Amino acid sequence: MKLTNLKTLGKIAITGLIASILPMSVNAKDTVKVGVVSFLTGPAAGPFGTPAKQGAELVIDAINSGTMPAPYNIKGFAGATMNPIFSDESGGGTKQVGLFRDFVQKQNVDAMIGYISSGNCMAIGPVADEVKMLTIFSTCGTERLYEEKLRSHVFRTQGNAVGDSLAAAKYIADEYFKGKVSTADKMYTGINQNYAWGQDSYKFFKLGMAQYMPSAVGSSKPQFPKLFSGQYGSEISALSLDKAKIVHTSFWNGDFEAFMLQALVRGFFQKKILVSSVGGSGVDSLDKKFPDGVIMGTRGNVGLIVRNDTTPLNKWFIDSYKKRYGAYPLGPSYQYARAVMLYKIGMDKAAKAAGKFPTQDQVIAAMKGITFESFADTIEMKRGNGHQAVHSIAYGVTKYNKAKGEPGIEKVIKYSASCIYPPAGAISQKWVESGMPGRKCN
Amino acid sequence: MQFLITVLLDGLIYASYLFIVSLGLTITFGVMKILNVAHGGFFAWGAYLASISIIYLGNNEYNSFLYYFAIFLSAIIVGLFFGYIIERFILRKMYNEDIHLIVLATFGLFWILEDLILHVFGVDPLMPYYPAMELGGIELGGIFQGVYSLTLAGLAIIVAFICWYFLKKTKYGKVLQSVIFDREVSVSMGINVTKVYLITFIIGGMLGALGGAYIAPTISVSPGFAIDVVVMSFAVVVIGGMGSVPGALIGSLIVGLVRAFAVHQAPILELFIIYAIMAIVLIIKPEGLFAPPKPRKI
Repeated sequence: MKLTNLKTLGKIAITGLIASILPMSVNAKDTVKVGVVSFLTGPAAGPFGTPAKQGAELVIDAINSGTMPAPYNIKGFAGATMNPIFSDESGGGTKQVGLFRDFVQKQNVDAMIGYISSGNCMAIGPVADEVKMLTIFSTCGTERLYEEKLRSHVFRTQGNAVGDSLAAAKYIADEYFKGKVSTADKMYTGINQNYAWGQDSYKFFKLGMAQYMPSAVGSSKPQFPKLFSGQYGSEISALSLDKAKIVHTSFWNGDFEAFMLQALVRGFFQKKILVSSVGGSGVDSLDKKFPDGVIMGTRGNVGLIVRNDTTPLNKWFIDSYKKRYGAYPLGPSYQYARAVMLYKIGMDKAAKAAGKFPTQDQVIAAMKGITFESFADTIEMKRGNGHQAVHSIAYGVTKYNKAKGEPGIEKVIKYSASCIYPPAGAISQKWVESGMPGRKCN
Repeated sequence: MQFLITVLLDGLIYASYLFIVSLGLTITFGVMKILNVAHGGFFAWGAYLASISIIYLGNNEYNSFLYYFAIFLSAIIVGLFFGYIIERFILRKMYNEDIHLIVLATFGLFWILEDLILHVFGVDPLMPYYPAMELGGIELGGIFQGVYSLTLAGLAIIVAFICWYFLKKTKYGKVLQSVIFDREVSVSMGINVTKVYLITFIIGGMLGALGGAYIAPTISVSPGFAIDVVVMSFAVVVIGGMGSVPGALIGSLIVGLVRAFAVHQAPILELFIIYAIMAIVLIIKPEGLFAPPKPRKI
């Protein structure tokens, strides 16, 4: 009797053990758990974090159900369904590093996707390598991420911010300063937020102008108001009194919209030409009040720039996004979706090569140096030892589309990656200052 | 000449904005001796409530006069509602606690009010630009200024006058001055200090909300935008003297004019110079330029 009981207990224990192990091994192939981090609270949530989350959500659902157009029409990530865990990016680098470790060590995620703030990317990059967690940065722009150190587990599907500023300078030189003779016509200034993003954006715009248009003169009083200061009356007056006609800005979110509102009622745009590298969300917020004639970039071929692009993947994305969220996808929607797409391609390629569900190292090897089709352009992971993307950058001029009753853009020029990004291994600032050796512009 | 006129106008507009926001803060401190960090919450709620009202009125093409009615009504509603709840049910229970605890409580209340905004209004920015767009711009000193922004100066003058009249010419103003001077003596003279505290906190909240509501048509109203406003108001109040209405006025003018001059002449110093002035004032006159006299207690 005693022996029979022991046997029964043994059977139950073995059955239990198998039952507890079996779902784990099945889960490892059926689902991938991924942390998706963007600003869900604070000033960056509206124009960046929420559209970013929505872009990722839309593409994840489409890939999980196999309804996304080719080449992403094979269901799942190496056959597995992605289970995204959305998290808020607010709170600064220290908090985000803590949350990142929590994702990796407690929630046992398979990968991390997202991050908008350059400060957060700089804080998390080294930690991702330390804990060996595959991390795909989608939006942050600082060039320092790969120029200070190569990363083993970190990828970035967004070109760095250097390209945004250089493309802006090239557009100005090509379209506005050509043939101008008077000094005032060839002067430029800027209004940028007083932190790394704003300072770096204007620095590279200025460096770019020195290369593309050496006779152009930068103002001695560019404006650097505090981030989120909201009131720009004095700055608008100072810019109005400045002789420079071109005004560069990397303002984003409420700062951009507040500046536009305050400048609009003061007739600013009748006298000055604004070039904005990242103000895409403000165009939709202000809608028909947004002035025509603003030179607008969107950090790649995304958002407003590609609104009329009929590439099947882009058309699907715009239509599906509008249907689901009732608005056009913005730049961050594309950027987050793009990061998810790289993960999908990496997983599928690694699984095919391995003939089974891939390990993280196999996925990293598959993603390294890859070229993949995005919505309206091609992304090449050709910098940072195959971990950093480069892509073309487009600028155009805002023009309200009366027929469609929505904001539009015209005179779009695309600059190829080889024209606006330094070659692999080069340091951006040194490369620009030394005359951009090897650059090839279309 | 053009430069001087422009700096003066820019400085006055910015000073008017700072005065309206910091007035509520300094009145609350003067009477209740509470550094109300939650003041930023009143500012934000005023801006949000005015924004949704103006957007509704603008989208439905109501009379423009109603925009201004909505702005003042929003300030009154926010001040009354949150002011009453916070003073009556939270602060009143803490008056005998350490002053630092009360500051921490208002700090917590600020974040609660901010978080409530996310739940009620969401994360998308609001742009109630109708009043500012309708008034357009006017050329003064060679460059265009926004007419709506210029009306801020008018509002600040009206608010300052009402405040002066109320404090100097009315019975309740004298009661208020008595409480500012010495709470205990006021109680012994039969003044209902509890009631004075409640009314003062509500009025302070209304002024904070009015600042947010009036400025809303010129900005993008988004979560977290009030934080910097509170910090700047503290600088104004510290320069002028905690609890002093003339101090808030002079502090606002100093900050507004110096900042405008810096933006035109040395933009990179615009923030540094404000806090440099604050530091100098704290070194030379730690109680601020116009701090109300303190009774000598034996």
